Amino acid sequence: MAEYPEIFPVTDYATQMLAVVDAELSKLRHDPMELLSRAVQPALWLVLFGQVMAQVRGLSAGINYLDFLAPGILAQSVLFVAIFYGIAAIWERDLGVLHRYLVSPAPRTALVLGKALSSGARGLSQAVVVYGLAFVLGIQVSLELRHVLGVIAFIALGSALFCTLSLIVACLVKTRERFMGIGQAVTMPIFFASNAIYPIRLMPLWLQAISRLNPLTYEVDGLRAFMLRNGVSTLGIGLDFLVLITIFTGLVAIAARLYPRMGE
Amino acid sequence: MYNRQSATLTPSSDTDSAISTSALCRHFGDLVAVDNVSLSVLPGEIFGLIGSNGAGKSTLIKMLTTLLPPSSGAARVAGFDIIAQAGDVRRSIGYVPQMLSADGALTGYENLLLSARLYVIPRRERAQRIAEALAMTNLTRDADRLVQHYSGGMIRRLEIAQSMLHRPKILVMDEPTLGLDPVARHTVWDDIRALRETRRMTILITTHDMEEADELCDRIALMHHGRIQIIGAPAELKRQVGPEATLDDVFAHYTGLDVEPEGGYRQARQARRSAREHG
Repeated sequence: MAEYPEIFPVTDYATQMLAVVDAELSKLRHDPMELLSRAVQPALWLVLFGQVMAQVRGLSAGINYLDFLAPGILAQSVLFVAIFYGIAAIWERDLGVLHRYLVSPAPRTALVLGKALSSGARGLSQAVVVYGLAFVLGIQVSLELRHVLGVIAFIALGSALFCTLSLIVACLVKTRERFMGIGQAVTMPIFFASNAIYPIRLMPLWLQAISRLNPLTYEVDGLRAFMLRNGVSTLGIGLDFLVLITIFTGLVAIAARLYPRMGE
Repeated sequence: MYNRQSATLTPSSDTDSAISTSALCRHFGDLVAVDNVSLSVLPGEIFGLIGSNGAGKSTLIKMLTTLLPPSSGAARVAGFDIIAQAGDVRRSIGYVPQMLSADGALTGYENLLLSARLYVIPRRERAQRIAEALAMTNLTRDADRLVQHYSGGMIRRLEIAQSMLHRPKILVMDEPTLGLDPVARHTVWDDIRALRETRRMTILITTHDMEEADELCDRIALMHHGRIQIIGAPAELKRQVGPEATLDDVFAHYTGLDVEPEGGYRQARQARRSAREHG
């Protein structure tokens, strides 16, 4: 073919990856209700769960429990929004939309990264909701530019990671019914075996060990450092970032191999 | 030219073919979905894979479009090996899957833009090619509506437009008119014929609709239980089965489905016709 070069230059790769992102963003533009409906869950956690648990002494050692909880709930929303991509992928496969992506010359990693990046955009919309709630509830949110940029970076990375994980699960289980079951069985342990709603030091030792292997723990830790005024990272921002980026890279490599099998 | 056995069995030596397969097989566990298929599709022809549901047509198409790796055998599409040169195959073909593959949550224009970007059509040409594709499929006025509000025929035409944007040499369509009403069906047929006439494209379709095969295809290959039973022009195949035979008769003759004793085809047809007239 004379029209296209043999090896994809970076710009072509970016074009194909951003094509996927743009399509996802267009869907959100056409149906913003989807985002609003996803705002209900974080609101319930912060307003109901958070208000009650704030009465428990010593839960969050020193800082206000709601302050402690807000970044955890933001991370949780990011996780739940991203997990939706797996079921969407199965849906696209059943409809035939997926085949249109797979017969295109786009590199498989570009297709996976496109989905992962667009998940970041959905995650950021959740951040707007959680920041709004935090403001109403009087949570000590930092609006300093470098803090906001830090939050954006961690949301983008966390969304992309969990979106890719979800795509892998979808490729393995293949049907919507099974995904529903497995999706719950994956997200709930990720959530509860993390530092999202209680500190790791309260956990029994075996659970502490698991939580240290859990990417959500590092996501929450990073968000806690950037989202709050006087926020601190327990594990270290550098480590948080390194762990997330390493897991994400591994997951993309796996997903790019499995994704084409969805079209078989 | 197709009655020489060796010519049809070793088409991979025929470098002029738009599509050629040799001893292509695909198993799913114990099931042999495509069994030793060797065929060749010539440039510029409309070639039909016909057969009942489960005959192996879609599996064969999936291998030719690089969606599914073969269990054994080989195939070349537009001169490229479907395994070793999958990327080149993908750039050379347009594919309209059996299912409705346009995204209902996007507008017609957005669907076309997505395809244009996935195929990396140069930015300066994108707008013009999308406008042309919309005009050709008569969707210009509906370009900014969400596809979920389109009719089945409009979605099919949009998908054809999407698969044409990168100007492929070969268009592959799996059951292009499945589920469409008669008017929409004829419109899609007209689109397919127009593509062949104006762009000199090679078009491979699958269908289980004998009328479609008869109307549209220059040549057909009849598949049954994963194997090719017979290849030829519809008129030629009908002539071989008998005077006044239809493609339904050809189908019955080669698949063993619906088989009647000698002369039974015509009787059966007459019986059906009179039943229609009297019923």
